[in-house]
Amino acid sequence: MSAVVGIDRARYVYPRGGVVALEEITVEIPEGQSLGVVGQNGSGKTTLTKLMNGLLKPNSGRVLVDGRDTAKASVQELAGDVGYVFQNPNHQLFAPTVADELAFGPRNIGVPEAEIPERVAEAVEFFGLADILALHPYRISFPLRKLVGIASIFTMRPRVFILDEPTTGQDHRTTSTINRLIRRLRDRGSTVVCVAHDMPLLADVSERLIVMWNGRLIADGTPREVFADRAAMERTHLAPPQITQLSLALPGRTGRPAALAVGELVGEFGGAVGSAGTGSGEA
Amino acid sequence: MTDEPIISITKLEFTYTHGTRPALAGVSLQIGRGEYVGIVGLNGAGKTTLGLCLNGIIPHMLMGQGSGAVRIDGRDPWTTPVREMARTVGMVFDNPEFQMSQVTAGEEVALGLENVGLPYEEMVPRVAEALELVGLAGFDERSPMALSGGQQQRLAIASTLAMRPSILFMDEPTSNLDPIGKEEVFEIARRLNREAGMTIIVAEHEVEVLAEYADRIIVLDEGRIALQGTPSEVFGEVETMARLGLRVPQVAEFAHAVRGQSAAARRGPLPVTLAEAVAWVGDGQ
Repeated sequence: MSAVVGIDRARYVYPRGGVVALEEITVEIPEGQSLGVVGQNGSGKTTLTKLMNGLLKPNSGRVLVDGRDTAKASVQELAGDVGYVFQNPNHQLFAPTVADELAFGPRNIGVPEAEIPERVAEAVEFFGLADILALHPYRISFPLRKLVGIASIFTMRPRVFILDEPTTGQDHRTTSTINRLIRRLRDRGSTVVCVAHDMPLLADVSERLIVMWNGRLIADGTPREVFADRAAMERTHLAPPQITQLSLALPGRTGRPAALAVGELVGEFGGAVGSAGTGSGEA
Repeated sequence: MTDEPIISITKLEFTYTHGTRPALAGVSLQIGRGEYVGIVGLNGAGKTTLGLCLNGIIPHMLMGQGSGAVRIDGRDPWTTPVREMARTVGMVFDNPEFQMSQVTAGEEVALGLENVGLPYEEMVPRVAEALELVGLAGFDERSPMALSGGQQQRLAIASTLAMRPSILFMDEPTSNLDPIGKEEVFEIARRLNREAGMTIIVAEHEVEVLAEYADRIIVLDEGRIALQGTPSEVFGEVETMARLGLRVPQVAEFAHAVRGQSAAARRGPLPVTLAEAVAWVGDGQ
């Protein structure tokens, strides 16, 4: 399996204050993988993702994106491969209308002009933005603005799609849209890196979870494995999804794998309906 | 809880000046002294607007057309200055950074007291008391910007507590916090509620957290109350909640589905917290 992102013993120290944000981290992300990154604030999650788009360069070690050393490539060069959605859309949006915002990214990375309307139309449809296309991004509500931030990366169709806390402050309806987005990206073969505290989302869409703690990577596995890793969960004060906690707390289930979705656990009761894996997160 | 509700709202309607539809479309609601109430609803359902009506930010600072009656601890926020109402209703918002304006944490907490003209010698103990209540005793000289997200939000709470309000309204107070910060904020609110009898109202998307902490849940939908009751009553309405585009705690969804498979099994109220769910499963075996 070829890695689209290869982080090799990367260390990063913030220039101001000399705080070590990342200690010699090594992670390989295979093309097409959906990876969740969890940990408390300040554990190094965002620093790690900024190494992936070249916004930060490691002090030592190497970061390769599609075989290219990020230390030798500019953020602009990497932008076609790595799309980065900021946690705060205000850091990202600047065009006068939502429509311009959606078209800016692909135009900027040199997508042929003839292809852009189709990409914008797809994003408008997927994110339900038809009514606000003519508005200024700052005239719309914060939750909607956040969706516009995501949509404006979506139109660039990057190979690696990085999302930093996409569901923060969002209601269930919008969270479901983001859930569908990650599934669609996965189906398309895009690589997705999602930093989040939203464990039900990650349980639903991630193939792999890594846990960061004090600039170190302390757990790496499938969500099922990581959520069952009590030591890593306690050390980072992270709580698995409630249904996973229930599955781990039931005395009668000792030794069985953790459940990730409501349907999985329901399937074990009453026996009649085996609805395991239907993804309860989306009502 | 005394008989007289601390909050009494009758047929409250409000439309923002540039709004295309009413943000509140006829809300009637009573909240008893010392209650802990959770408010859920989609973005735009009216949660924040309702909160802003409690301390008079609406209509004094945010304009629009309104009708109905609001009584807060015997006062009418529509005719009482916001500065006065701030002594009754404390407000905490989702982004603590936006609420920070001072150089030190102590000054941050003192700001509201200065605004109401409290004498210096009364101010000092009040600031210390408020910082102590949120677990930030000794943080007086620290810069708010050097605090963690959870600490900043606790500082924002301390700033409102210094006014000794009887009601605390928190609007998605933990949406920008990590899990530790979230726990800190909800634990403090619980303590204020249980030990000081403070009335707590919190708008929050995370229903698992509300089921754990709140006595009553109010569901807003397009400016109206769609459902209200105990967490078990409201989150037990699994289908209605889904129709409103809202989640229920995963354990409630689980129990509802299991019950659907064999109607005879496991009667009684649906579990809405993890502990209740463990007990509920145990009872059925």
